[in-house]
Amino acid sequence: MRLQYPTNIRVIMVPCTGRVDVIHLLNAIEEGADGIYVAGCLEGDCHYISGNLKARKRVGQVKKILTELGLEPERVEMYNLSAAQGPRFAEIAREMTEKIKNLGPSPIGQKAKAA
Amino acid sequence: MVVAERKPLNELLEMVQPYKKILVAGCKGCVTVCNAGGKKEVEILASELRIARKKEGQEPDVKEITLERQCDPEYMDQLTEVIKDRDAVLSIACSVGPQYIAGRFDDKVVFPGLNTTFIGGSLEHGVFAEFCQACGACGIHNFGGLCPIARCSKSLLNGPCGGSSKGKCEISKEVDCVWQLIYDRLNRLGQMDRLTRVIPCKDWTTSRDGGPRKTIREDLKL
Ligand code: SF4
Ligand code: SF4
Repeated sequence: MRLQYPTNIRVIMVPCTGRVDVIHLLNAIEEGADGIYVAGCLEGDCHYISGNLKARKRVGQVKKILTELGLEPERVEMYNLSAAQGPRFAEIAREMTEKIKNLGPSPIGQKAKAA
Repeated sequence: MVVAERKPLNELLEMVQPYKKILVAGCKGCVTVCNAGGKKEVEILASELRIARKKEGQEPDVKEITLERQCDPEYMDQLTEVIKDRDAVLSIACSVGPQYIAGRFDDKVVFPGLNTTFIGGSLEHGVFAEFCQACGACGIHNFGGLCPIARCSKSLLNGPCGGSSKGKCEISKEVDCVWQLIYDRLNRLGQMDRLTRVIPCKDWTTSRDGGPRKTIREDLKL
């Protein structure tokens, strides 16, 4: 299956989304990422029982932090899909890219580039 | 453990606003256990400060350190190097920590990053509750091993009050009436007769009423 998805997305692989912590998402924002999404397995299907549920909570925590910082919480998102859902992967990639494009570039990234 | 919680970010940003070079200092003791001021929380707070400063178009200069403990003079030494070029320190130990830093480093401005809330324990992951008020003369054996000073809203020694209802305290349906728990426990222990004894007024001089407290252990002094 050869599926097209936007080239601006950089995929970082982790063994389980349960490995993704608040600090990883914050570091990405700090480094100027315009948006980040965590793509976990379907809820109920985690090989480690609850990794994806923990990831969702951490994404929620980062959303809160972004709001406190005066940034759009939509810049970070959690998605759930299975490894067999290739087309859905591409669809999410397009969806998220579209959403971030509408928000515009992150002010952190802009400042980082200007500096 | 001492339980504490992070102050809201806006409050902290306002505190350190005039200062350029910041040090975020955590503690590996109690506040690591209650997820408020350990290495992980230091990383998160430092990152938040950096993002906030970048957003304002400033070049952030935030250093991070997590001490073994911030309530022992010898561990203060771990700060000596890193604190040198800093304008301000944001300590996320319990409120003992920033006081130790203030005592040791005369020329440094120190801010408390946490609100120290109580002496307690965890009920489940992420939920902490108060269990002791450090009254200085523990008497929980009179109450089935449960503390009415810390856990009864009125600190009644001869409870319950008339507000106890279905095991809950009148202040909130979320709060257990400790006097119900005391009754239940004494019942299970076969010690209900204890409840016929009137517990006299407590001598509070061992508590804060006696002024700031100190413990001296001659056997341990060097
Ligand atoms: S009686 Fe005093 S020392 Fe004992 S648990 Fe209660 S407050 Fe703490
Ligand atoms: S209801 Fe129970 S816990 Fe609440 S104040 Fe009365 S005796 Fe204390």
